[in-house]
Amino acid sequence: MHHLVIDRWSRGSSSLHQRDPRAKLAALLTFLIVLSTTRPAAQAAFAAYAVLLIITASRARLPILGLAGRAALVLPFSATFALLTWWSGDSLRALALAEKSFLSGMAALLLVATTPLTGWTAALESWHVPRMLILVIQFVYRYLFVIAEQAQRMRWAALCRGRGSFGLAAGLVGVLFARSWQRADGIYHAMLARGFRGRFVPAVPVPLGASDALFLSACLAGCLGIRILL
Amino acid sequence: MNQAIHVRGLRYQYPDGTQALNGIDFHLDAGESVALFGANGSGKTTFVLHLNGLLRGEGAIEICGLPLTDATLEQIRSKVGVVFQDSDEQLFMPTVLEDVAFGPLNLGLSPDDALTRARTVLKRVGMAHAVERAPYHLSAGEKKRVAIAGVLAMDPEILVLDEPTTFLDPPTRRDLLTLLRGLPQAKVVVTHDANLARALTTRAVFFDQGRIAGEGDVIEIVQRFHWEYS
Repeated sequence: MHHLVIDRWSRGSSSLHQRDPRAKLAALLTFLIVLSTTRPAAQAAFAAYAVLLIITASRARLPILGLAGRAALVLPFSATFALLTWWSGDSLRALALAEKSFLSGMAALLLVATTPLTGWTAALESWHVPRMLILVIQFVYRYLFVIAEQAQRMRWAALCRGRGSFGLAAGLVGVLFARSWQRADGIYHAMLARGFRGRFVPAVPVPLGASDALFLSACLAGCLGIRILL
Repeated sequence: MNQAIHVRGLRYQYPDGTQALNGIDFHLDAGESVALFGANGSGKTTFVLHLNGLLRGEGAIEICGLPLTDATLEQIRSKVGVVFQDSDEQLFMPTVLEDVAFGPLNLGLSPDDALTRARTVLKRVGMAHAVERAPYHLSAGEKKRVAIAGVLAMDPEILVLDEPTTFLDPPTRRDLLTLLRGLPQAKVVVTHDANLARALTTRAVFFDQGRIAGEGDVIEIVQRFHWEYS
């Protein structure tokens, strides 16, 4: 499963993995702002952003193709708008829209692939992002796995008793919802039983150090340099 | 002798109208172990979920002399550790170490202390080698050990074990039994397994339709309610 792979990647030991999640989050935000304000005509800048991401991913010892493949999952959504723009006669803007969404997805993936969930959600918390929003992210992340596993088991059970059909799939979705609800309730009970009080406490504290500041400065310089020069 | 658990007149009705508990009187001495027998749906699990306030019915519950109220809930959850029947519901963090540290962090331990305690407990249950592994990738026996470690890390005075040997093969069951026998806490063991009850507990309570139909020596209760396969 995708999120399991990313979970594994996030536990690497490269220099990027060791950077403070707050520094990485700030770098991501900078990248996204710079990327979104880049003119569609500055195609060399988009190429430079891609090179920057590839260098970062290779420094983090992450598989570039695997990362790009997952980032491409955003393309069907942005492609709809890109196609509409293309039909309206602005092919350069359409291309830039697709490039921006792909590069944004790749950058966000780089963050989660080099930072465990508890790390980047703790960084969000330190930035005073509403706790409810962080809790929703954390629960969705956990329950997605639970629901996916449940769906897998039900699919196997159904296949063992015959061929799939639309009616069967519809029935499975209904039962899956009820079972997921039940399972999620069980998990929540287990969390309460171990003293959960509405907040995940990050297990590994990472102090913001000189190397984090250096990393952030390098990211800022790289992003702004490309934006201004190209 | 000090009473670890004292329950008087406990009644509970599920929102759908099912009367699950019908006036339960129960006690457990400090350091004592008791087995809860009874058919499926007789109220055993519903009863144990009351012991750390996951369900709240009518009646009085005292844990280690402390009445269970909203004000004492946190304290009581640190005294009563519940090991759920399905370990998958109990293991929700990305790695084994983080999962076991979840309870101590909620208790207010510093991240360093919580991780140290988690490592110590994992060593005690024979899972020190799996600290960085994802809980979903463990075998059923390993998951059960990690689930027990997660509860032991909170240093409870009472252990509630709901069907601890479900899904386990005989050698794993034997290893688990050895582990549980070595734990000094008072234990409430919900089980259908008369052999497990004989090996782990000295007293048994038989549930029937939300009431306690009988209690006494394990062998006597097993014979009186014909609670064996043959």
